[in-house]
Amino acid sequence: MSDHAATDSKSYLTTFNVIAGIIVIFGLIATIMRFTGGLGAVTNLSDYNPWGIWIGFDLLCGVALAAGGYVTSAACYIFGMKRFHSAVRPAILTGFLGYSLVFLALLYDVGRPFRLVLAYPFVVQQGTSSLLFEVGLCVALYLNVLFLEFCPAALEWLGIRKLRDILVKITMVLTIFGVVLSTLHQSSLGALYLIAPAKLHPLWYSQYIPVYFFVSSVIAGLSMVLFESTLAHKYFHHKMDETHLGESDGLTMGFGKAAAIVLAGYFTIKVIGIAADNNWHHLATGWGAWYLVELIGFIALPCFLFAMGVRDGNLKLIRYTAAWTVLGIIVNRLNVSVIAFNYHLPAADRYFPHFWEIVTSVFIVTVGILAYRFIVNNMPVLYEHPEYKEEH
Amino acid sequence: MEQVFYTLQDFMVHTKAVVYVLMGLWLIAVIGFWRFLTSRDDD
Repeated sequence: MSDHAATDSKSYLTTFNVIAGIIVIFGLIATIMRFTGGLGAVTNLSDYNPWGIWIGFDLLCGVALAAGGYVTSAACYIFGMKRFHSAVRPAILTGFLGYSLVFLALLYDVGRPFRLVLAYPFVVQQGTSSLLFEVGLCVALYLNVLFLEFCPAALEWLGIRKLRDILVKITMVLTIFGVVLSTLHQSSLGALYLIAPAKLHPLWYSQYIPVYFFVSSVIAGLSMVLFESTLAHKYFHHKMDETHLGESDGLTMGFGKAAAIVLAGYFTIKVIGIAADNNWHHLATGWGAWYLVELIGFIALPCFLFAMGVRDGNLKLIRYTAAWTVLGIIVNRLNVSVIAFNYHLPAADRYFPHFWEIVTSVFIVTVGILAYRFIVNNMPVLYEHPEYKEEH
Repeated sequence: MEQVFYTLQDFMVHTKAVVYVLMGLWLIAVIGFWRFLTSRDDD
């Protein structure tokens, strides 16, 4: 008995658990400080910079990287690419957790979080002429859609067959609804910055910024599915069934090819954007050099590497490129929201995140990883439930 | 060096012309890219 207890306590004391535990403790301290001392106690936000990394990283990157849900389900159910079926549940789970964490981050960021919980902006005081209202409504609705899309896995785990069967029957409706909502809010997140032509650097500001955000969300979705799949293969290989393992290589090749094509299109419209606004002269400045790092290093280079990987059947190269592309999307969102925003201000007035802002962001990501680990360990996400085989 | 445009017409004619040239180049480049991406599909 004591031996068993000792083994149990040993198995919980892994490096991952210890680090996650420390982050959670720091995150809880940050949470207490935020909700007792207000935004001023834990952030460097100001009238110049009312949106910091909780919006730039947690929300913008979170929403973009959670796009794998609608991209994968659209490929599988709308375009009929059934060979990607085993990737749908992990992608939906990543999307659902991503959007849940976006909502969690918003609770920290908005001045009156209880109003968000009570859906006040949708029920009591709708700002129907505001893009932010549209973004908020779409994100809220899509979070519910993702919840319903993910429910069958949870219901299979709980053994509630009737409700699960009803939800599986409306999969197509949910997928279409998800694609429509994603198209709307992914682009509208970019459109939010149309109001700030004097604040955002001209190289990042463009009349096409909603299109950039939408197209790059597709790239983010494809890359994130590949990146998440790579990590899942490394850490949850024992949970995967034969179908999942068998479809994995085809998924990597298919998504790698799609990512190469969309990246090529994205590169083209970014260059067209520079030409349409005649911003060529900005490329010769310091900001231009940073823009070229993004354009060449995080768009053209991964496009070429994905194409090389697909051409040579080099799965490893495709997987590494997916991780690089995910980093590129994060760089792009941070450029738009933080780095190239208020670029004209003197250094003293520029925004740099407070220690507790960073802690909170790391805490939120850690909560997501812990939730993902719990769900994948318990629910049929990476394998088909034995009682529901061939029913999807 | 930044060019000076005195009218919106001048600006639009210039930028549209550059975009049209870029689109022409893109149409040629995309064929090459597609061939590069898919040439070994049948192997």
